[in-house]
Amino acid sequence: MPTAATQTMIGQANPTAIMFFLAFVVSTLAITYWAAKRTKTTKDFYAAGRSVTGFQNGLALAGDYMSAASFLGIAGLVATKGYDGLIYSVGWLVGWPIVMFLLSEPLRNLGKYTFADVVSYRLNQRPIRAAAAAGSLVVVLTYLIAQMVGAGTLIKLMFGLPFEVAIVVTGALMISYVIFGGMIATTWVQIIKAVLLLSGATVLVFMTLNKFGFSYGELFKQASTATPLGQKFLEPGGLVTSPMDAFSLGLALMFGTAGLPHILMRFFTVPDVKAARKSVFYATGFIGYFYILTVTIGFGAAVIVGQKIIMGVDAGGNMAGPLLAEALGGNLFLGFLSAVAFATILAVVSGLTLAGASAFSHDLYVGVIRHGQASEKDEVRVAKMATVGLGVTAIALGILFKGQNVAFLVGLTFAIAASANFPALLMSLMWKKFTTAGAVLSIYTGLAIATILLILSPTVWVDIVHKSEKAAVDAKVKALDASFKSSTEALGKYKVIAGNKAEIDKAIADEQTGLEKKKVALAELKDEKDRAAQIKAAEGSTAKTVEVLQGLAIIDTAAADKLLADAKPKYEAEKKEASSAMPKPIFPLKNPGIYSMAGAFLIGILASLMSPDREAEKKFDAEKLREYIGVGAED
Amino acid sequence: MATNKTALQILDDPDFKALVSKKNTISIILTIVELVLYFGFVGLIAYNKPFLAQKISEDSATTIGIPIAVMTIVLSWVLTAGYIFWANTVYDKEVQKIKDKMGG
Repeated sequence: MPTAATQTMIGQANPTAIMFFLAFVVSTLAITYWAAKRTKTTKDFYAAGRSVTGFQNGLALAGDYMSAASFLGIAGLVATKGYDGLIYSVGWLVGWPIVMFLLSEPLRNLGKYTFADVVSYRLNQRPIRAAAAAGSLVVVLTYLIAQMVGAGTLIKLMFGLPFEVAIVVTGALMISYVIFGGMIATTWVQIIKAVLLLSGATVLVFMTLNKFGFSYGELFKQASTATPLGQKFLEPGGLVTSPMDAFSLGLALMFGTAGLPHILMRFFTVPDVKAARKSVFYATGFIGYFYILTVTIGFGAAVIVGQKIIMGVDAGGNMAGPLLAEALGGNLFLGFLSAVAFATILAVVSGLTLAGASAFSHDLYVGVIRHGQASEKDEVRVAKMATVGLGVTAIALGILFKGQNVAFLVGLTFAIAASANFPALLMSLMWKKFTTAGAVLSIYTGLAIATILLILSPTVWVDIVHKSEKAAVDAKVKALDASFKSSTEALGKYKVIAGNKAEIDKAIADEQTGLEKKKVALAELKDEKDRAAQIKAAEGSTAKTVEVLQGLAIIDTAAADKLLADAKPKYEAEKKEASSAMPKPIFPLKNPGIYSMAGAFLIGILASLMSPDREAEKKFDAEKLREYIGVGAED
Repeated sequence: MATNKTALQILDDPDFKALVSKKNTISIILTIVELVLYFGFVGLIAYNKPFLAQKISEDSATTIGIPIAVMTIVLSWVLTAGYIFWANTVYDKEVQKIKDKMGG
């Protein structure tokens, strides 16, 4: 059977992919050109002239939210871990109803261009805009870096393009869309991407289910035997260990969605609340449908492509979707899907950049530096400069973080969005006694607690800061495991010949010929690293067996039995000792959401109660008229 | 200003007050339903993995956790549909009524 490396076209310059991708770039640049002529005012630049319909905005929201990480990452997680991947996909969706019930309509009626408009509506503008801009910019930057590094890695995997080139191309396109076409171009890039991604995934799922007679039961039946996990593949496993971890991550995912500035910003692009709520309904439907497709793709890939090949191409499983597309639709479909994945990255980073530029220009420049006094022309000019600044920063940081583990950045993004942005926004809408001090302190508290605790958490403190110590302990434990396994096996197998010199010499010779044979077989392995590792393991195992055999030469079977009985406790003690050297996180949870959100709410409430603001309370009633009836809402 | 006065009167209008409290109640109830739905699912993962690992029938490999996860996604969407139905049929009409009181 040919190995994965010879079978797949992934990682090579694929003419179909390049053709599809060029078609996407040309059409989106044409749209940008068209949009540029329609982008004159701040309202056009930030909010597409509030002319986006509910359905279009629903698609664009979905396009903003369905990142390459969720498309390739969740399919990969399902293909490698099974049910645990499904748990994640549920978490990514459940924030949307919260956005619908609590935020979409008030945002539309109270806001102009950024969610800071809403938080500061009846409070002191400058300090709140400064804080909200800080929250937005940190979220945008961390998410942008994660997306950029992901983009570079994925594009390298799919097209064979060098990492740096991929990042510069992505950055340059993203800057062009935003700077020339503003929100109009960004919206259309997101709509086109959403349609391509949803239809591509639908076709892939159709072809997958076709293999199983359109029966999910059959798909799962085959999935339960397709992997080494067996039936466990369809059960919740080790990804979620402690209940607190599960709840904390769940909170961050759910309320993080409701605090992402590039998502919140989309509610300013529709003409009225009716369109705002309609757009969440469509977005939730599209995103939910998409996650169900992605999970199907993951299980399908595990059965049709097989875990061995998937993990051979990329250990994280990220290529499960593209590999399945190649297996079912050949090179043409692989090319199409690769181009769609690239388009997906572009749409998400464009939305993020625009949200970051708005926070910088509308909140920091106009709101804080110019005390709200700036001409529209000036504001758009600064927003465009901020776009270039953010774009160049994202490119530079993306290249700087090359090869780093950036998975924690997504967790950080959602934790900060849930803790810095969401609590202040919710309290300003719901609580009459909320004050400026409360809002500002709540935002900075959420930002600080989320960031500090995440650095002290296992995700960063152990996996990144103490990476080498962790690797050393892991290697030691692995070596102990291997040594225990080979020595007990050898003892069990050879204890009957204990004390018999001739038999033992023969066994040693047999073991050594066995090793030579195994080495010859292993030389067939294509992957150099894998081959070296397997050969080393085989050598280690034989050396241990020979050592045991030499020991057996001078004892009898009863003594060998005792050795065998003693081996386990000794191994366990050694393992425990080795594991105790494992670096410990200072903060135990993988995601700080539960503490950082609680902190932000608590400080927001306490600070507000300690600094009562009569003016703000009075304005709360007047705010209601605009919030609920839409009187005075921005056209 | 005349409109301002009307606006102030509207704030004390019982219909407006009822509308605000009705809208808030609906929003909060639906939010709580969504929280229970999702954290119920998370709770099952955290505390009762064996329940989710049960097969849906003897001769099937599908575990009960799969339809539960998919239903969590689908029900979340159904909730947004429920809200939009209420807003379109009840809320918007009452908003219009109040707008009429304000003389457009």
